[in-house]
Amino acid sequence: MSFELSINDVLASLPAATLAAWGMVILLLELVTGPRHKSALGLAGLMGLVASLLVMVVGWQRELVGFGAPAGNGLVQDKLASFLGVLAVATAALTVVVSMAYNPRRHIERGEYYALVLFSTAGALLMVAGADLLVLFLGLELLSIPLYVLAGIAAPQAQSEEAALKYFLLGAFASGFLVFGIALVYGASGTTNLAALRSALRTAQPGNPLLLAGTGLLLAGLGFKVAAVPFHMWTPDVYEGAPTPVAGFMSVVAKLAGFAALMRVLLYALPALYLDWKIVLSVLAALTMIVGNVAALAQSNLKRLLAYSSIAHAGYLLIGLAAGGALGAAGAAFYLAAYAFTNMGAFALLSALVEGAGQHEDQSLDRYTGLGRRHPWLTAAMVIFMLSLMGLPPTAGFFGKYYLFTAALGGDLAWLAFVGVVTSLISAYYYLRVVVVMTMHEPTHDWPALPPACAWVLGITAMGALLLGLIPGVWWVAVQAGLDLMGG
Amino acid sequence: MNNLGFPILTAITFLPTLGALGVLTIPAGRERDIKLVTLGSSLLALALSLGLLVYFRWDVAELQFVNRMAWVPGLGIQYFLGLDGISLWLVLLTTLIVPLAILSAWNAVHERLKEFMIFMLLLETGMLGVFLTLDLFLFYIFWEFTLVPMYFLIGIWGGPRRVYAAVKFFLYTMAGSLLMLLSIIALWLSYAAQHNGLGSFDLTQLVPLASALPPATQMALFLGFAAAFAVKVPLWPLHSWLPDAHVEAPTAGSVILAGILLKMGCYGFLRFNLPLFPHASQQAAPYIAVLAVVGILYGAMVSFAQTDVKKLVAYSSVSHLGFVMLGIFSLTRLGIQGAILQMVNHGLSTGALFLLVGMIYERKHTREMEAFGGLMKLMPAYGALSLIVVLSSMGLPGLNGFVGEFTILLGSFGASPEVLRPVPWIYTAFAASGVILAAVYLLTMFQKVYLGEVKPANHGLQDLSTRELVVLAPIVLLIVLIGLYPAPFFGAMNAAVSSLVVR
Repeated sequence: MSFELSINDVLASLPAATLAAWGMVILLLELVTGPRHKSALGLAGLMGLVASLLVMVVGWQRELVGFGAPAGNGLVQDKLASFLGVLAVATAALTVVVSMAYNPRRHIERGEYYALVLFSTAGALLMVAGADLLVLFLGLELLSIPLYVLAGIAAPQAQSEEAALKYFLLGAFASGFLVFGIALVYGASGTTNLAALRSALRTAQPGNPLLLAGTGLLLAGLGFKVAAVPFHMWTPDVYEGAPTPVAGFMSVVAKLAGFAALMRVLLYALPALYLDWKIVLSVLAALTMIVGNVAALAQSNLKRLLAYSSIAHAGYLLIGLAAGGALGAAGAAFYLAAYAFTNMGAFALLSALVEGAGQHEDQSLDRYTGLGRRHPWLTAAMVIFMLSLMGLPPTAGFFGKYYLFTAALGGDLAWLAFVGVVTSLISAYYYLRVVVVMTMHEPTHDWPALPPACAWVLGITAMGALLLGLIPGVWWVAVQAGLDLMGG
Repeated sequence: MNNLGFPILTAITFLPTLGALGVLTIPAGRERDIKLVTLGSSLLALALSLGLLVYFRWDVAELQFVNRMAWVPGLGIQYFLGLDGISLWLVLLTTLIVPLAILSAWNAVHERLKEFMIFMLLLETGMLGVFLTLDLFLFYIFWEFTLVPMYFLIGIWGGPRRVYAAVKFFLYTMAGSLLMLLSIIALWLSYAAQHNGLGSFDLTQLVPLASALPPATQMALFLGFAAAFAVKVPLWPLHSWLPDAHVEAPTAGSVILAGILLKMGCYGFLRFNLPLFPHASQQAAPYIAVLAVVGILYGAMVSFAQTDVKKLVAYSSVSHLGFVMLGIFSLTRLGIQGAILQMVNHGLSTGALFLLVGMIYERKHTREMEAFGGLMKLMPAYGALSLIVVLSSMGLPGLNGFVGEFTILLGSFGASPEVLRPVPWIYTAFAASGVILAAVYLLTMFQKVYLGEVKPANHGLQDLSTRELVVLAPIVLLIVLIGLYPAPFFGAMNAAVSSLVVR
């Protein structure tokens, strides 16, 4: 294999490279910042994220390398990569802003925090643009390892250390599965490049056991990352232990990157095996929705509730994958956008109101009783987030669910749409419980002052959760992304 | 077709939202301003809807005042508002009842008045949107959206068990609506299958398509829609959210809930189930009619057992709307016209009943019938108006309730035996006995509360204030008017209903 570096290759990897380089710059800057000024590094992080965003915007205009190019390309910056990439960078930016207020309050001022966020985002960008299984793996590791550290960055808090260790051990296993799966797929087809895989499989006979086993292991490895059942056990403990902005970042970006990888592998590279894995995916989707929603009913800790809810949302996203086709991919992409704004907003609210004192963060639901009285606008934002997660019109979450159910019904998966509908109803109960506690009772606590930067974050995310569905342009972009994915 | 050059339906629907945004800008302390802005927006919407009445063309069956605009062309979603004889009176009912409800809350709500008024206005937009839109997707959005303000109105300003009632209301209604969502998506997909992958939610285009679907599919989709509407009506046995929601809601909330929200369910059957699935409607008619009749009798009997006036009125709603459902599913012109009129009548009379209960609650802070007696002597004006409202609810000839009920009974009696199997007169006979039961519980209530001995504790009770008189007067006037001269009301519906029945 010869390797020639063309300008398009450079541009395709530029967003991720920018972030990685900037992360290293932050590490250097950290040496010269005093212990109480670490949050200033957050500003540096923001600059890096903006730079990466600009690169992606330029890339969108230039219509970079598509899959039609000769095999051997590791990255492809098509519309799906740009759409999800922008989403990842935006989420990272929101995380950084919230962290700049959260970290001082919880005494976890670490300069490397911001560098790690940037590295993780770079990994996500590699995953969404990956065109080769090994690149996907590389992106996954680059995404995950900083997250392991970030989960534990609130050390010496025991919960945080526990979260990091759990995440690391289980994540290492999952990565192992992923690599083994890649090896088997390589053994079966002779290539790890997704475009080559697609054309190789067109002529090969289906039912090749090596290929099936490899795909199954790939599914296991990526399924862990997106918290699909039965690979979801780590989620509640890790989300609860990690610092709240990190939990928000994990819930959005890891899922985003994981689903992008799943879409590329299953929908683009392995459509020949569609009939084999369609049933498996639908069953996984149904189980994930059911387990996530039912377990969330019993939660009294808001962070754990959001963790189980994010498991459930992975289930909804799997519906899009199971349905397949451009519509399924577009639906999943749109839903990820709606979910990003909503979930990031919810975690931002939790971070903004956190107490400075205490070994462990107190995120029990009771702590938010009567929030509506003291902070009506904050509560309004939270209500919007809960309604969007529930899927009530006219929020973005409703539109996302609508598109996914349409894809399911169109893909002969009416039973799955029905399960989705029933589990949405179940989820309404616990989301409403949050609303009830916040709006329909008298306050029993006082909350610390709201940092102004967090107010901005909450405003942006609430507007996004409310309006994303109503603006037709967003869905149009998602459809383009889906078409790009399938058509290549 | 659009009679006026002016997008009047859009104006009517979104004026309350503009009002809500306006209220948002007023600081929370200035209660008087908040109340005036809210009242002003709702009265303005009322004025515009009276304009609809003036320009409405009575001889035309198709949609009027149409506002149509493409919204998401890639998915076939349009912004499509239109009015015909079926929705005209319901829109007017809505724009009339909301200002009256706001007036009734004038002195009753002091806590978080601003949020209360904002929710009322948002609710008005939602309800108007439900009655006016003919694009299924938009309909679903408005339909679900009405849940949110109502949920908060019950949950924050309601009675002791308000949280339970609000959550129950929300989940029950959402369950039905989600099934409707699946049916809507299925319709879109069948349209897309025949039109090269591009679906549509336009009701006018889906009607010819849906009526041609195979019977089993039609029935499945019919049931999906029916799930949502049956919960809302409420059709027995899906009614158990109603008593809790009505009793726990604040007065203004109950008035709107009973007066308008319940009608949305009945309207849904008329606007969607019947035109889209005529074959399935015929198949399902006897079963729904049986449930309706059971609702009439059950509601009446349970009402009789109540000691709380508000709960009595709540169960009476189940009973009255059973009549409406019977009228609709008689699938005759008379039955449906009677049903639509009865929807308006029920809105007026039950709305008035809740207003009356609210007024007495404001004075005594109890709703138990035991606590009252002889109110006619203490508060003559209140007693007189109450008498008219109670008689209307009972169906006394000369008042509006009679016209509606009688027409419905005529319709169900004259229904085709294929629709109301095995023989229509059975349904009519049972329903008619419901009229007698209504007289039983209403007159008993009236006797206990208004007649008889005055309790010493009640001596200081004030009669109606001017504001309360203003709230009740339009309703009472309409009650008498519709009762004596229903012709124009029926006339406006005639064209639309005839074309519906033909299908």
